[in-house]
Amino acid sequence: MNDDTVTKKLMFYFPRCECDKPIVYHLVKDHHLIVNIYRAKVTPEEEGYLVLDVTGTEQAIQGAIDFVKTFNVTVNYSGKGVALDEERCSHCGYCIPYCPPGALKISDCATRKVAYNESECIECLACIRICPFGACTSAF
Amino acid sequence: MKTYEQINDRIASGKAVVLTADEIMDYVDKKGLEAAAKEVDIVTTATFGPMCSSGCFLNFGHSKPRIRMSEAWIADVLVYTGLAAVDVYLGCTELRHGDPANMYPPGEFRYGGGHVIEDLVAGKTLQLFALSYGTDCYPLREIRTYFTIDDLNQAIMVNPRNCYQNYNVAINRSDRTIYTYMGRLDPHQKNGNYCSAGQLSPLLNDPYYETIGVGTRVWLAGAHGHVYAEGTQHAGGVGRTPDGVPTGGSGTLALTGDMKQMRKEFVRGVSFSGYGVSLALGIGIPIPILNEEVLRRTCVRDRDILAPVVDYGSDYPQNTGNVICHVNYEQLRTGQIQVHDETVEVGSLSSYYKALEVANLLADEIRRGEFLLAAPITPLRRDTKMKPLVKREPPR
Ligand code: SF4
Ligand code: SF4
Repeated sequence: MNDDTVTKKLMFYFPRCECDKPIVYHLVKDHHLIVNIYRAKVTPEEEGYLVLDVTGTEQAIQGAIDFVKTFNVTVNYSGKGVALDEERCSHCGYCIPYCPPGALKISDCATRKVAYNESECIECLACIRICPFGACTSAF
Repeated sequence: MKTYEQINDRIASGKAVVLTADEIMDYVDKKGLEAAAKEVDIVTTATFGPMCSSGCFLNFGHSKPRIRMSEAWIADVLVYTGLAAVDVYLGCTELRHGDPANMYPPGEFRYGGGHVIEDLVAGKTLQLFALSYGTDCYPLREIRTYFTIDDLNQAIMVNPRNCYQNYNVAINRSDRTIYTYMGRLDPHQKNGNYCSAGQLSPLLNDPYYETIGVGTRVWLAGAHGHVYAEGTQHAGGVGRTPDGVPTGGSGTLALTGDMKQMRKEFVRGVSFSGYGVSLALGIGIPIPILNEEVLRRTCVRDRDILAPVVDYGSDYPQNTGNVICHVNYEQLRTGQIQVHDETVEVGSLSSYYKALEVANLLADEIRRGEFLLAAPITPLRRDTKMKPLVKREPPR
């Protein structure tokens, strides 16, 4: 068994909001995870979205995911709250200074290609208002 | 010394030696100016960025019965109809009807003329709605129909001002966030934006307009267009570095090309939150290496190009002409500049990545013999200054 702790960024989508259930409490209390919530939302249609980092052993994280899935939740390991549409992005780099954690950055000095590292995104949504090309979008 | 004819012969026979403005400096450093000038036929330059003075003339053909459009909208974006019956001009900064603009600032400006142009080039179906006062020869008073670019007789892009030779670096020294055509500028010079392809930019590689003039064939978003006039606000007579690189705005080009030949990835509507809409274009211009001097000027590097840093919190809107300092593009490319000992994070509105793509696409077309050069028929002026708009009393 591997006791190393890892941090994973996840997005939970609740087709029907489970607002009355303290899910995050159980992640901490029963599954011993360190939880860092970036963004959560309940839509007017009563869907729920939650983007968070969980830190713990692989086994604990898997246990937590199994628990969460009992609520009919979709768990996204990639394709989280904020997405960059490669087709729409012009790689201008205008968004870069507005992105607090540097999730958007120049990935190649020679071509000045802009890359988006989803795992670094803190879901502040700054780029969505900033990008003139409409390349950054939010799932919710 | 080479002539346009000799270079075109080499292109036609598939033998032309073409490098991009991004590659030429190292090549010349390695080979020496003299040898490189003999060898290289063309250096391709390019830029990709928002260019607000862009638009297009469209001709719809005639309906049955005929209409002389006196007001018209495409996808709810107003077009200019003060022309012949079914000719219109669509400008890229026109907002969609009903856009709240900055009523609740900063406005979003999701759709406008630039987006209509993008959609047209992408082949989308758009709505035309036109009104008329009706005449004996043009009786129809109203039409609503749907069309694509293929239904039009002509869709000719006519841009009065593209390819600014150099441009400001915008910062904001006021104490509130401002929303400008240079993007969002946070207070107390927290950030800055610039907008040029620098060492790849057409007029920075031909600073004295020796090869780029009226009549020069250009790659306008994939179409083979040309320079039809000097651009509006062209001011060739500005201050320059000893190498001829202007230290401010300077030269501009008026470009035209057939939209039916354009590629959609290089014709992109843009929205600037709090400011408005525009059109980003990819433009490539080949520079024929007629002699060593022309080649030497294409070797300009980002570090040789100085851009003026201007305060958009007060000096720009008040038109004071003040420049805080100059920085070079090598510094800008690091993402940080120093303004009076303070570090300012900077971003670019112009895409070097896309410009490089254009320079390479154009180079490939020339190598395949598909793009021939056209010599300018009239040079761009090098002595003009920009005139301000003066507020005068009514004449008596
Ligand atoms: S501002 Fe938009 S188009 Fe430019 S690099 Fe960022 S995501 Fe891409
Ligand atoms: S949402 Fe915020 S953190 Fe994420 S990429 Fe956009 S600007 Fe960066």
